[in-house]
Amino acid sequence: MAERPSALLRARDLTVVLGGVTVLDRLSLEILPGLRTIVLGANGAGKSVTLRALHGLIPPASGTIDWQGDRTPRQAMVFQRPVMLRRSALANVEYGLAVNGIDGDPRRRRAREAIAKVGLEAIAHRPARVLSGGEQQRLALARAWALEPDILFLDEPTASLDPGAAGEVERIVAAIAAEGTRIVMTTHNLGQARRLADEIVFIHQGRVAEQTPADRFFAEPQSQHARHFLKGELPWN
Amino acid sequence: MFEIFASLGLALDLMANGDSAFVRVVAISLELSLAAAVLGSAIGLPLGALVAIGRFPGRRSLIVSLNALLGLPSVVVGLVVYLMLSRAGPLGTWGLLFTPGAIVIAQTVLVIPIVAALARQVVEDSWNEYAEQLRSLGVGTGRAVRTLLWDTRFSLLTVALAGFGRAASEVGAVMIVGGNIDGVTRVMTTAIALETSKGDLPLALALGIVLILVVLAVNAGAYAIREWSAKHHG
Repeated sequence: MAERPSALLRARDLTVVLGGVTVLDRLSLEILPGLRTIVLGANGAGKSVTLRALHGLIPPASGTIDWQGDRTPRQAMVFQRPVMLRRSALANVEYGLAVNGIDGDPRRRRAREAIAKVGLEAIAHRPARVLSGGEQQRLALARAWALEPDILFLDEPTASLDPGAAGEVERIVAAIAAEGTRIVMTTHNLGQARRLADEIVFIHQGRVAEQTPADRFFAEPQSQHARHFLKGELPWN
Repeated sequence: MFEIFASLGLALDLMANGDSAFVRVVAISLELSLAAAVLGSAIGLPLGALVAIGRFPGRRSLIVSLNALLGLPSVVVGLVVYLMLSRAGPLGTWGLLFTPGAIVIAQTVLVIPIVAALARQVVEDSWNEYAEQLRSLGVGTGRAVRTLLWDTRFSLLTVALAGFGRAASEVGAVMIVGGNIDGVTRVMTTAIALETSKGDLPLALALGIVLILVVLAVNAGAYAIREWSAKHHG
């Protein structure tokens, strides 16, 4: 029997309270290495907060997050609305590297490579904030990719984009995963989830209702909430 | 009514011919106000950004103090600076009272709170947008302050111009600490006050027109900067 791979990330009993509302309710989750995880759930189920808590942006009221090994893994996050600094596209990527202590030639080289990989070389020197929404999101992906993260969180990265731009983002996310970065992403787009996911984490009312391999999830969801969700039924019906 | 037009005619004459007394006052005024705007911005901009972003003990008292300074009558600022700089005051040994340096100090004290308050608003608005992204990248408070100051540089330039406008239009404090000495500490505002009380309306009017033009130019400049940056930098 093959030994079960140890989790890259193990969250136990995470509880997050925001403005007096319990958004995550003792949520437990294991992220194994090498998979692309898509987090699904209805609006307000706690998907975004889960990602933010795992990434360290929201401190949990209780519960633990343990990372594998001694070294804190390199993490990055891409948000629904990319936030670009008032400088060139290339300088935005270099900024992320500079913050993480990468200077000089390696910084310039890695920034150029990342810009090229998302197909933005031609506009690398244009001010980032006047780029289109799709270009800005690709730039956000380049900024994250340049950091060579062990794990990349993406919170509905295509929700504000047209289908063409969303397809570009999907292609880039797949390429980042192919280079060995662990992907954990939320989406409302079930087609996108089918295309990208190795496994699905389904969140309902601040807890993990199920964590299932993607093909099995879409054929035969294990939890009643997920079945309702896939049929497009309202959860309270 | 006729007298006003006569004075206005003489004022335009003074301006057109570059009357030496008139030019001297304008030059001193702009020079000192510029120095105060630069100094006040150098202190006020980072202070505003720090208050906007930082969470440190004493932040609230700092905000209250800055807001209080904002509403402080300038003559009181003049009085306090006078007491500090006077022979018996703690900074008396500097020998700055009734020098251009004293004016710059008083104006700087007046510029700092307005620049800090406006900068805080500008930086706070951007911080609301940037905070998550910057924290995700691992940016600490010090770097966040620098990043936000640079990223809001066009808005902050207009803030600095507002500071310049405040310094240039200041009368009371400048009169008290500068002494209104002709050719040394006589600036547009104090000259206007003096010439008006002496009855030399043409010079007062000419200076008044220049002041209005300076304020207009500053605001036009601020507007142009905002338009340009919105178009080219988003």
